[in-house]
Amino acid sequence: MKKFNYHSIKDTKEASKLSSANSIFLAGGMTVIPSIKLGLGSYKDVIDIKEIKKLSGIKVSGKIVKIGATTKHAEVASSKDVKKAIPSLAKLAGGIGDPQVRNRGTIGGSIANNDPSADYPAACIALNATINTNNNRKINAENFFRGMFETCLKKGELIESIDFEIPQKSDYQKLKNPASRYAVVGVYVAKHKSGTIVGVTGAKSCVYNEKSLSDKLSKNFSSNSIDSTEISPSEMNSDIHASAEYRANMVKALAIKAVDAC
Amino acid sequence: MPSLVGSRVERKEDKKFLTGKGRYTADINLVNQTYAFFVRSPHARAKIKNVDTSKASKAPGVVKILTGKDLADDKIGGLIAGWKIVSQDGKDMKVPPHPPLASSTVNYVGDHVAVVIAESLDEAKYAASLVKVDYKILKAVVGTADAMKSEPIHEGIEKNLCFDFGLGDKAKTDEALSKADKVIKIDLNNNRLIPNAMEPRASIGDYNPSSEELTLYTANQNPHLTRLVLSAFCAIQPEHKFRVVAPDVGGGFGSKIYPYAEDAVVAWAAKKIERPVKWVAERSESFLSDCHGRDHVTHAELGVQNDGTITALKVETIANLGGYASLFATVTPTYLYAPLILGLYNIPVAFCNVKAVFTNTAPVDAYRGAGRPEATYMIERLVDKAAREMGIDQAEFRSKNFISKFPHQQCLVHNIDSGDYSAHLKKALEVADYKNFNERKKQSEAKGKLRGIGFSTYIEACGIAPSAVVMSIGAGVGLWESAEVRFNATGNVSVFTGAHSHGQGHATTFAQIVSDKLGVPLENIDLIHGDTDKGPFGMGTYGSRSLAVGGSAIVKACDKIIDKGKKVAAHMLEANPDDVEFKEGEFVVKGSNKKKTIGEIAFACYLPGQYGEIKSPLPEGVEPGLKETAFYDPVNFSFPAGSHICEVEVDQTTGETSIAAYTAVDDFGTVINPMIVEGQVHGGVAQGIGQALYENAFYDKSGQLITGSFMDYAMPKADNFPEIKIDYTCTPATSNPLGSKGCGEAGAIAAPPAVMNAVIDAIGTDISMPATAEKVWEACNKNKKSNAKAA
Repeated sequence: MKKFNYHSIKDTKEASKLSSANSIFLAGGMTVIPSIKLGLGSYKDVIDIKEIKKLSGIKVSGKIVKIGATTKHAEVASSKDVKKAIPSLAKLAGGIGDPQVRNRGTIGGSIANNDPSADYPAACIALNATINTNNNRKINAENFFRGMFETCLKKGELIESIDFEIPQKSDYQKLKNPASRYAVVGVYVAKHKSGTIVGVTGAKSCVYNEKSLSDKLSKNFSSNSIDSTEISPSEMNSDIHASAEYRANMVKALAIKAVDAC
Repeated sequence: MPSLVGSRVERKEDKKFLTGKGRYTADINLVNQTYAFFVRSPHARAKIKNVDTSKASKAPGVVKILTGKDLADDKIGGLIAGWKIVSQDGKDMKVPPHPPLASSTVNYVGDHVAVVIAESLDEAKYAASLVKVDYKILKAVVGTADAMKSEPIHEGIEKNLCFDFGLGDKAKTDEALSKADKVIKIDLNNNRLIPNAMEPRASIGDYNPSSEELTLYTANQNPHLTRLVLSAFCAIQPEHKFRVVAPDVGGGFGSKIYPYAEDAVVAWAAKKIERPVKWVAERSESFLSDCHGRDHVTHAELGVQNDGTITALKVETIANLGGYASLFATVTPTYLYAPLILGLYNIPVAFCNVKAVFTNTAPVDAYRGAGRPEATYMIERLVDKAAREMGIDQAEFRSKNFISKFPHQQCLVHNIDSGDYSAHLKKALEVADYKNFNERKKQSEAKGKLRGIGFSTYIEACGIAPSAVVMSIGAGVGLWESAEVRFNATGNVSVFTGAHSHGQGHATTFAQIVSDKLGVPLENIDLIHGDTDKGPFGMGTYGSRSLAVGGSAIVKACDKIIDKGKKVAAHMLEANPDDVEFKEGEFVVKGSNKKKTIGEIAFACYLPGQYGEIKSPLPEGVEPGLKETAFYDPVNFSFPAGSHICEVEVDQTTGETSIAAYTAVDDFGTVINPMIVEGQVHGGVAQGIGQALYENAFYDKSGQLITGSFMDYAMPKADNFPEIKIDYTCTPATSNPLGSKGCGEAGAIAAPPAVMNAVIDAIGTDISMPATAEKVWEACNKNKKSNAKAA
């Protein structure tokens, strides 16, 4: 492990000041710390944002659930407000990793990292989320996630909060990797007034909206309507845990489960 | 005082472990200590053309860099395979040299090439990245089944074949199979596992140039044998000047029975630089370099008559040894495997062929059960298939073929002293509520899920082992055990055992035995183990041997204490020794109220002279002190057996399998502490379920370990298990004074076939371990498609 400067900061202005081409933000540290330990990442400055008070917390207003970036998974999972407004989001948070991860890891960290198997990005897509940053940008989830571990965040830009649109109905179904508990495939189905969105994680190199399912469910929100849909395995991930063909089949199978659970 | 044997005494050792006060090797820090980091091969198979340490030597903090050449210059010997196997053609097994640091070739990813010793771990690690090794990469041999067809990886070992072992009567077996009404055939794999003890391996070498004594602290199950191997074969240090300490050890499961290259290197290096050298494995090093377990490919055939009677069994196995032959690697797939293929069935004739092959993968050695899980998996899958194909109920088919008269000489090796297999099967059927299984199946079906039930009626050979027997079949050592029971003058007792506890709870179980034997309260008994300077030579803990063999040695030593106590008590009470009885801690003269407590006797033994009014308590010719040593060599193996029943529920849409219910009814003979035994069963069953559903060490074609971390190697977690229902039956072992059979490995032996048979029952198709979601989903899908076609 290479040496680095550790900064614990109290407000987002300091974050902008300290950040450089050779810095990284640290929230829960679920990815940053292992990558530094394994020598996969080395930084001059590690900027800990956990002490920035305004970045943490959950607020429900009107049709929006606003969750601060450093809010921990366990807080989302146990929040009465989230359970009432979007129960499936609380369920998703309660199924991330293990209790240790849920009590350290943060929603902002998960979204900024955009691991292809992470759970939250699927929720962002399906719940038509807006990602608010310290540059005063409000980025729609469909534009936010760019590719494997890649987002549209600029260097030094910090997620402040995420606005989730409260759907009429929703559910998240996840086929857990038995080793890591990441999603081999995770499917988030959310029925909004404007239509249904099916956010899929784990299946491809980046979270995405499975439009073939979203379109059909927008017209007819029932599992019968997607039963005969064929999902192509061509862009799906393939590894020792699951082949592309299996993943493609699981996208549909989990979508059906999610619709049935709604 | 009530008897403690058989009671659920809370573990004496738990307080320190649960409050973080355990003292593991990594917790030990010595003055002037240095840190070692190993340069490991990134290639599965390569020739080492050159090792350039010039740049690394100049890195900050570097104390010394040692390579295979330095090792050879110092004439340090290689690690050994401790059990000689003879092939069917009468030739000895072929074993390659296994230097602790490779000098000419590397044979698996993680193989040791050099060690960097520095003032800090960070400095050692940085300098290690500067060691330049020039490799000529060669094509790796990885697969078990294909190894014999591949280019030899070791010079002079044709077909990569270590040995071609046979046990049984091949001709008679073939004849019986040809006459059988039906021959049931099966092809199986036994997946490779990575032990993953909670504490990674660690070792510290410490040389005292003044006394010329070398101390090795190491996370090890077997400190005396480690010292023996490092002295006699590696020639690092003479045994009498060599102390090996295995302090608190956080789990072993077999992977810590033997000395590893790192032990040899830090011991040698400490002596060379005259400073302590500490090495602690990172978890990723554990994945790469701890010995793995299992890895068999097997074809088996069972001859059966129409009435369900088994007439013959033939087994052909290829066992993967990995890159080198580790200490117990050759006995694990032979004498710990082949005799057990018969299970607990009365099979009149059998033959087992085992070909052990070298591949460019981590060495494979004993892992919880060692050979017996592989044998049990084979026979239990096979009888299951036979019952299924013949349309006979699983329980009935097994029962019909159970051995029912004891002692029973099996057709291969073992003479089974005791057992009652119908008793534990009957109890298991009750506990598992077998008769209402179809109801539960319907309930699962109503939820859209498949449900299956699987049996495993197993036997294992434990209490390892009678020395005369094992040495006649190639063992390099006898497998007796030692004990010393030492009364202190104030009446408390120090018990030394050659067994080693690394989670088993010996401090409690052994104290319960001593407390009952000598009538001393539990809190006045201390168990000491794991230090070659303290107790007598012992053979360590593995093979479910500690209680049956080590516990018996303690009983023997206690008997000697009582014998001596009787003589002293008789003298003090002016009675004939034959008239003195010992009961519940008191020596009593028969038919009188004259008595002495064992504490008084101990005190007297240490004060043998006249003191004021007190006369010498010792009769003429009796030595002072009260301390006895015993070595116990068992007369036979012990044979724990049991019936496990597993129910699984399968989600056809995803292929995910969950354990719906699990029942274990075991016959471990005498149980000393049922709570500790339950813990052993839980742990073993968890590992067995892990093998069946989740765990698999996977190497790609180039020999890279793809499952090199917990991100990819699926260790089961608490939420993967149901409440395990546990019960016992008891037929005491006749081969040791305790009547105990051993319980440490049972769960890991019994569970894999119970789970797999349940999965197969649910989905109706053969499937290999681990039964991952995708494999199960594929099988369900195929069934659906073929059903659709048939319709």
